[in-house]
Amino acid sequence: MTAIALPILFPFLLILVFIAVKSNRTAQLIAVVGTAVLVVISIYLFFEVQKYGILTLDMGGWKSPMAITLVVDYLSVLMLIVSSLIVFALSIYAIYFMPGQHKSTRFYVFFFALIMGVNGAFITGDVFNLYVWFEVILISSFVLIIIGNSKEQLEGGIKYMALNLIGSLLFLAGLGLLYGKTGTLNMAHLAQILRAEEQSILINSSTALFFIAFGIKAAVFPLFFWLPASYHTPNITISALFAGLLTKVGVYALIRFFTLFFVQDQAFWLNMLLVVAGFTMVVGGMAASAHYDVRRILSYHIISQIGYMIMGLAIFTPLAIAGAIFFMIHNMIAKTNTFLIAGMINKIKGTFYLKDIGGLLSQSPLLAVLFIIPAFALVGVPPLSGFFAKFILVKAGIESKDYIIVAVAVLTAMLTLYSMIKIWNEAFLKESPTTELAKSEEVKLRFGHFLPSIILGIASVLLGLFAATIFEFATRAANQLIEPAAYINSVLNHTMP
Amino acid sequence: MNSVILQLAAKYIRALLVFFAFVALLRGHNQPGGGFIGGLLAALSIVYYSFAFDRQKIRKQLTIKPEGYIALGLLIILLSFLPSIIQGETLMKGIWISIPLYPLEELKLGTPLLFDIGVFMAVIGITLLFFFTLTKSR
Amino acid sequence: MEIFLAILIGVLYTAGVYMVLRRSILKFIIGIIFMSNATNLLVFLASGIVAGKPAFVDDAVKNADNIADPLPQALVLTAVVIGFGLVVFALALKLKFFETTGTDDLDQLKKTDN
Repeated sequence: MTAIALPILFPFLLILVFIAVKSNRTAQLIAVVGTAVLVVISIYLFFEVQKYGILTLDMGGWKSPMAITLVVDYLSVLMLIVSSLIVFALSIYAIYFMPGQHKSTRFYVFFFALIMGVNGAFITGDVFNLYVWFEVILISSFVLIIIGNSKEQLEGGIKYMALNLIGSLLFLAGLGLLYGKTGTLNMAHLAQILRAEEQSILINSSTALFFIAFGIKAAVFPLFFWLPASYHTPNITISALFAGLLTKVGVYALIRFFTLFFVQDQAFWLNMLLVVAGFTMVVGGMAASAHYDVRRILSYHIISQIGYMIMGLAIFTPLAIAGAIFFMIHNMIAKTNTFLIAGMINKIKGTFYLKDIGGLLSQSPLLAVLFIIPAFALVGVPPLSGFFAKFILVKAGIESKDYIIVAVAVLTAMLTLYSMIKIWNEAFLKESPTTELAKSEEVKLRFGHFLPSIILGIASVLLGLFAATIFEFATRAANQLIEPAAYINSVLNHTMP
Repeated sequence: MNSVILQLAAKYIRALLVFFAFVALLRGHNQPGGGFIGGLLAALSIVYYSFAFDRQKIRKQLTIKPEGYIALGLLIILLSFLPSIIQGETLMKGIWISIPLYPLEELKLGTPLLFDIGVFMAVIGITLLFFFTLTKSR
Repeated sequence: MEIFLAILIGVLYTAGVYMVLRRSILKFIIGIIFMSNATNLLVFLASGIVAGKPAFVDDAVKNADNIADPLPQALVLTAVVIGFGLVVFALALKLKFFETTGTDDLDQLKKTDN
């Protein structure tokens, strides 16, 4: 099935087109159409997965453990759909919020390079190939984060670069050790070998290296410092893109590795993940409540939400993994949406600093409604998506008697509520401050400005309304992860139509 | 830099480097070499030349700009996927044709060579882009 | 030979970590180069390094003892290429940062922290 490679090949083609295209208008149009096509491709793959089960493609006509295998299972395809939906909304957003200047088509080249990397990371079935996609993501995000060349951006870029370079080195080292021990890098083959292996001592060194490498990418507790130092510096479109996709690729890799083949010393690693998850939630939430810049609040908030996903992985029951997947879907959409709102607030008021803005409720009621949706979704107010995501995780936690992490999760929801209410109070309810900083002329936003946020808002609401259906798919994904026999079988034995 | 020895040497070394770049590119299927190494050598020839002469002038004189090399390389890589798709094989499978050359043995051409040429081009472009960006006179 | 390579990798990692912890951005990048080379060697060493054996053989050679594992070579080549790209990008970023701010001191990078 060559169609599996389309989420990689199509952005690749578009990169070529963007190198050739000179006009900014044409580039914007192509980007919107291209990302819409990506949505269609991923939905098509979803139906294929529903029909045939796990899809595999061995590149280059080699047989499976030798070839680079592309694997699409429920988890991959759900991530593909959500990420393509996000980039579709962002490509519309970029028309209005990326300054259209000299060489602005270059933004689209790296925008699609990033999409290619993210899609590749989601569908690859080979550890080294995953490393390559991580580097594609890394390089394109390096370029994106410093578009504009302001002092803060360069500084943020250096911090982002520093930790992520070390992360990729650790990834490579872990990969080398893993290959030395098993002689394979195909994930399914690794699972087959390592699940039969009793000794954990030899594997733990690689597990530790991978844990730290993905921990840096996912911004979990002791390794997250690059994120709040850099995410608030670039153009808000790029911040939103990173917020929606980058850290989630790290979480995806953690889920994939720790369910598929790092299962030797689970008592230790799952507890470790549980502790990390708890600290990530609390530290992120508390730091978010201490800030007054919208982008900083939201950046710390990303970290806090990563904790929930890790918590689902750490509890390691089918229900908990399904919860983590559901939470990822919900969080990617809602989190990106809050960043879009922050960009619109900045557009109207000219600043991200909460103390200098106010009175948005009367000024733009639509924006208020659009903010309420993702904010309430993130806090977990029914019937929006976040409620069900948190409910499943808490239920799974209680069932497996991990009461402490449940208490932490519930308390962190309070912290989330606090920081969302702070944004609401300061930006929307409060009277507009009459300081010099407040912009004198009012900027009117047109419908196009709101459209991406409306799309993601509707997606959030639908995710809540059809939670049962989505949860069904998340459960199937979780079952595929917990019982990887089907995964191993379809990769190694080619049980593909 | 303005050294006569370097300038004179550069002309010959450039020719040599380009020659070895192609040798590395063509033998690289089963032996040491290949697109990346060939590309580096080819880019080095231009880099070496621009050490001896005026860098910005060399940059202007390039018929294909570094960005053009990258685009061309990526395009060729994409094209090298096409034969396998058209033949209905799995993606990126090497498709070979052989052209009989009477006095010699046959000449085997395949998509891996096309892929290597794409890498060759892209590496030239990227290396030159890096070089000219890092050594921009200020 | 393994023992010497292992020591070399250790020395490279040590030097890399030392450089990464220095205050200058340029030294940080040099540290990254050391560590990336150490990692490449580690991949080679961990996956069974052999001396003087070819990775590709003709059909005539049936004995598997006479060949080297080609996969680590491919992995390391790819990793070297990626490392090259990352380091060059880091240098370009450092250059730009130096042009805008005139400093190479990591202690001056406090603007985006709190």
